[in-house]
Amino acid sequence: MVRFVARRLAAGVVLLFVISFLSYVLLSLPGTDVGRQLLGQSAAQELVDAKNHELGLDQPILTQYWNWLVAALQGDFGKSWFTSESVLRAIGNRLPVTLSLMIGVTLITAVVSFAVGIWAGVRRGVVDRALQIFAVLGYALPGFLVTLVLVLVFAVQLRWFPAIGYISIDRSFVGWLSTVTLPIIALSIGSIAGTSQQVRGSVIEVMRQDYVRTLRARGLPMRTILIRHVLRNASAPALTVLGMQFVGLLGGAVIVEQIFGLPGIGSMAVKYTTRGDIPIIMGLVMVTVVGVIIINLLVDIIIGWLNPKARVA
Amino acid sequence: MTQLTPADVSSPNESAAPASAPPRSGVRAPLRNPLGMISIILLALVVLPAIFAPFLAPQSPELAELGRAFEGPQPGHLFGFDSAGRDVLSRIVFGARYTLGGAALALGVALVLGVPTGLLAGYYGKWFDSLSTWATNLIMSLPAMVVLLAARAILGPTVWVLMVIMGVLVAPSFFRLTRGIVANVRGELYVDAARVSGLPDWRIIGRHVLIVVRAPIIIQVALVAGVAIGLQAGLEFLGISSGSMPTWGAMLNEAFQNIQRAPMLLLWPGLALGITSSCLVLLAAALRDVLEDRGAEPVGASAVKAAVAPVSMAPDAPGRAGLLSVRDLKVAYTLPGGGDKEIVHGIDLDIAPGEVLGLVGESGSGKTQTAFAILGILPEGGRISAGSITINGQEVRGMPDAARRGLRGDVVAYVPQEPMSNLDPSFTIGSQLIEPIRYKLGLSRKDARAKAIDLLRLVEIADPERTMDLHPHEISGGMAQRVLIAGAMSCDPALLIADEPTTALDVTVQAEVLELLRKLQRDRGLGVLLVTHNLGVVADLCDTVAVMQHGVIVERGTVTDVFDHPQDPYTLKLMGAVLDGSETREAWHAPLEVAK
Repeated sequence: MVRFVARRLAAGVVLLFVISFLSYVLLSLPGTDVGRQLLGQSAAQELVDAKNHELGLDQPILTQYWNWLVAALQGDFGKSWFTSESVLRAIGNRLPVTLSLMIGVTLITAVVSFAVGIWAGVRRGVVDRALQIFAVLGYALPGFLVTLVLVLVFAVQLRWFPAIGYISIDRSFVGWLSTVTLPIIALSIGSIAGTSQQVRGSVIEVMRQDYVRTLRARGLPMRTILIRHVLRNASAPALTVLGMQFVGLLGGAVIVEQIFGLPGIGSMAVKYTTRGDIPIIMGLVMVTVVGVIIINLLVDIIIGWLNPKARVA
Repeated sequence: MTQLTPADVSSPNESAAPASAPPRSGVRAPLRNPLGMISIILLALVVLPAIFAPFLAPQSPELAELGRAFEGPQPGHLFGFDSAGRDVLSRIVFGARYTLGGAALALGVALVLGVPTGLLAGYYGKWFDSLSTWATNLIMSLPAMVVLLAARAILGPTVWVLMVIMGVLVAPSFFRLTRGIVANVRGELYVDAARVSGLPDWRIIGRHVLIVVRAPIIIQVALVAGVAIGLQAGLEFLGISSGSMPTWGAMLNEAFQNIQRAPMLLLWPGLALGITSSCLVLLAAALRDVLEDRGAEPVGASAVKAAVAPVSMAPDAPGRAGLLSVRDLKVAYTLPGGGDKEIVHGIDLDIAPGEVLGLVGESGSGKTQTAFAILGILPEGGRISAGSITINGQEVRGMPDAARRGLRGDVVAYVPQEPMSNLDPSFTIGSQLIEPIRYKLGLSRKDARAKAIDLLRLVEIADPERTMDLHPHEISGGMAQRVLIAGAMSCDPALLIADEPTTALDVTVQAEVLELLRKLQRDRGLGVLLVTHNLGVVADLCDTVAVMQHGVIVERGTVTDVFDHPQDPYTLKLMGAVLDGSETREAWHAPLEVAK
């Protein structure tokens, strides 16, 4: 197990290096005159050059990347070119918002998907068909469209929730809840559609396995077989999908945070990427990739724990 | 590992490996499917106006009459006006051009990148496979939305370029699909045969591989198109393109800005977007049904019917054996399209305590179904449609579930055919033995463990303590079969139903397991129903034999009678197929060396 985790971590580090390098080079390729952008059209050329020199932009791209990398390895991700805000602090301020969304969505998705998926997989019939329809629609409809409809119905018409804004959890729990509920529901619908479908599929498949029949032949009640054996064996593929949803959720968070005006890293990404603020973008890319690596590792560890055969591979 | 970008697609009900059967296809096939038909009509309603937009739209999408801002529907302007006084219908019709065009471009790029690389990686494997799979995983670990935003920052608000990048981000879904199928097909015998017969690779790919890949890719195109449109509109909604272009996403954004004042503005672009992407996914589902020829799932809950069916025979009819007696048993399956298919057509069996009955017949003759029916574990859709089964004199048809379950394990036990697939891979041998023991006998964990170890000793496993902690994949097939026999013996049953207990084992192990079964039977006076196609095993182990063919019993009697004087032509044929006793061929002699 330790070796497995170590190997996955090493692969993750390599991935981080490759992505950081590619992102940095690609971001720097267009060669925009950042100093000119910062100081305005009327600024004197010497001042612009001095600014570019100060930011290290007069050096070759590879040198720039190297400098960024060395600093980053020491925990210094630099400052925003446009606001001089420390990248780490800027991201650190906004990460909790996005994280609370992610955790909420993942928990809700896991609970609902397993409940509905097992129900549909075992009972089949009408429940199953209803889930199929929901899954197709949840999958087909673009997330932001669903979000807009939710806003229209629950915030604008019914006024149950605020349409926009964020209240920090340490200011008021109820306030926080009222501001994140709609965003979490909006993000959950799509991921529940995908995950519950996977749970249903694996439950049906496991129910058909020979060992389930043999357990029945031993006289165990169906409920015991379902909870102990079917659920455990059906979990692995479902968890894989749940892990995959995470990357999708990051994309979804961008739009949802924008719609609800939540100060998370999603809306931050929109704001800074459109300006080409490389230090901030690099910080965001690193945070998301690290997040993805951690989630995948967690999923693999849980699957290894559930399914001893996977540990060998 | 694998990740899913929002752009990546695993269809809602995707099964692990796409069917490798060649599609029945035909371009018109989706039209015969009602769902496919509706989707195609609705899509045509979106696409055709987009193509003929200049002729159909009431006015230019850019024409703004500020004085008419927010005006509602009126003749000539069916959908009303937006916040800048532009005709909503015109903007939707023209917007379809950008939204659909952008998605089509992304789709094209994804196909061009994903399919050929997937073909190469799947067919040739090796370093190209490793490299492209690695690159795919890299792309898939990037959040598409962030990458597209960054690309916009770098390249400026040029929609078409962004769509190309989106194509790159979506390409992995085609790559993985193609690679997976091709790698599967490549291992097929007919591809090997084609290669051995000297066909060049490009002909094999063209003739055998592309055909298999075609249907899944068509389905995937519809799915990815739906996702691409959603993603494209999402980008437009964030205001990623240059302002004035009429796209559905931009219209939604504009409507969202005015959501308090004119919520109806969301309706039309929202409907256009929702219907288009839903139709594409529904079309994909319809295509899947048509092209992959997946039969509908059997209707559930039919197994329950068995419980309410009337009991036809009196349980204590004369001539019925004490331990197991089956009369006129019929087993039927509910067909997906409705209706029944009968598999076992009314058979009688009797086993007295301590008797070993061999049920012989070729595969598909209904032996296993009979065994399942007796145990009450017929698969989904299957049921006892008529007849009577008594175990220890008790009629089991119509018996409540819990009582039926009480018989299993305690009175009737089951040893399956394929040892490996009959052990749950996720649990240790020990816990799989202990669980039913604790449930059935109500023992404490410690006592149950001691009993499980005793059982393993009983089935002659060398190191029972160590075996308890192993997982099924860590033991051999013969050992797994011993474990299953131990499990079957755990509650001292009176009747053992063994379904081809040695077929899946090595020849030497077969003999050992048979010996074990013989010993258990003798020591415990077990009644056994031995399902097999192996007459040698029958001769070895059984007292009586019943020969089954096409769901009926064609001959029965004591082993000596049947073997010495077989009556039925089918029994004769079975006996003829046994090599034992038949003359062996003469040893091969090298022909005289004439040629030299």
